[in-house]
Amino acid sequence: MALQDASLTIARGDFVALLGPSGCGKSTLLRLIAGLDRPDTGSLMWEQVPAPGEIGFVFQDSTLLPWATAEENIFLPLRLRGIGRATARDDVRAALARVGLQGFEGARPRELSGGMRMRVSIARALVTRPRILLMDEPFAALDEFTRHKLQADLLALWRELGCTVVFVTHSIYEAAFLARRVVMMTPRPGKIAREIASTLDGSTGNRVDPAYTALVAEIGAAMDAAMAA
Amino acid sequence: MTLDRVAPFGFGLLVLLGWELGVRWAEIPPYVLPGPLAVLAAFFADPSGLLWSLLSTLAVTFTALAVSATLGATLALATAFSRLAQAAIQPWAVILQVTPIVAIAPLVIIWVNDPFISLVVCATIVAFFPVYANTVAGLAAAPAELLDLFRLYGAGRGRTLWLLKLPAALPFFLAGLRISGGLALVGAVVAEFVAGSGGFASGLAYRIMEAGFRLQIPRMFAALVLLSLAGIAINLGLGVVARVLMRQRGETRADA
Repeated sequence: MALQDASLTIARGDFVALLGPSGCGKSTLLRLIAGLDRPDTGSLMWEQVPAPGEIGFVFQDSTLLPWATAEENIFLPLRLRGIGRATARDDVRAALARVGLQGFEGARPRELSGGMRMRVSIARALVTRPRILLMDEPFAALDEFTRHKLQADLLALWRELGCTVVFVTHSIYEAAFLARRVVMMTPRPGKIAREIASTLDGSTGNRVDPAYTALVAEIGAAMDAAMAA
Repeated sequence: MTLDRVAPFGFGLLVLLGWELGVRWAEIPPYVLPGPLAVLAAFFADPSGLLWSLLSTLAVTFTALAVSATLGATLALATAFSRLAQAAIQPWAVILQVTPIVAIAPLVIIWVNDPFISLVVCATIVAFFPVYANTVAGLAAAPAELLDLFRLYGAGRGRTLWLLKLPAALPFFLAGLRISGGLALVGAVVAEFVAGSGGFASGLAYRIMEAGFRLQIPRMFAALVLLSLAGIAINLGLGVVARVLMRQRGETRADA
């Protein structure tokens, strides 16, 4: 059993981080929200049940089709929804521009760096204009510098698009930097231990802001307490 | 680097030289072990006869390879579509694979009247399995996360197959085809041996038998060399086809 007694309400337009160590069921929770897995017991309730394409999913790996160009990869969700190439063209270009990859339309995944591949993956998730963006440790495999840049860009995107983001991570720093709400989970069986609302004002992320440092410390202490319990 | 490329040929030449000198020095008669020069002479004594036989064997080989590729890919596709089909086909494919072709060949040759077709059937039985098994593995090799992604966007079986599973299976299919290419040649030669003079009576295997009966050992060797050259050419050729196809897709895989 990956999850037990996990109850969570997510408001429209919120940025929620699911934070916890490996095996705490945070990925499972994300897959339940996406409809990729079904709960054995319990249920999901929606204000408005999402249609396919209204949920974007970004995996830990960029999971691009290795034989397809960046443009074709971003086109894929639209193609799967039965939208023609010509109709999709502008949307695909816009999504690519949104993640800062203009000029890389024809690049294959193998020609791109890890960070750029993740950008393509995010563009692919955004191309259907989802109401909800689910992200499963998307930056965990990237180097620190690339990760910082992508985190800042993701925050800017979220403010611009206004979609709901549920972001799975095992990094306290990442959760503190990104989320408006940090949902802390503990393992075996996966449980929601605590929720912490962000005290940051939500302006462009600033990692030297004392409020950020204080939030990191608060989450860290709460995590230690939850794991000891 | 270039020295690396030349090295195998240099080594081969050295072995041939040693062979020739050894045969001469020990005065081994050519009907026991001919030297490389005697083999070369035997080839040039009747080049067209041997080359026509090679062509005949290659015709069987490539027909069998084409049939194997089509049949293997089709059956693999069937297994990808239905678990029941997989359960039904898999054991028979394995049975076909593990039964020695020399044991089946006489039956096939009795049942199939046309000698060419009977040879193709035998070679196909040998060559079929790798391309089938590899394609089955390839169709199942699409990453789970990509399958999830397709599910998330409500993709049906057809689209998932066409846009994900088939392209993901291509390198596996090509690797299987390369193995099957060599096996098709082996199968063709074995079938020719079993068929003997009752069969097509024109392939290289028949030339080898014929030369053996007549104690024309150098000619036997010449036919043997042609066969192995053909095998090498098929293997390298299919390797090149795979590399070109993968490069066109923007992928370079060491194993393809």
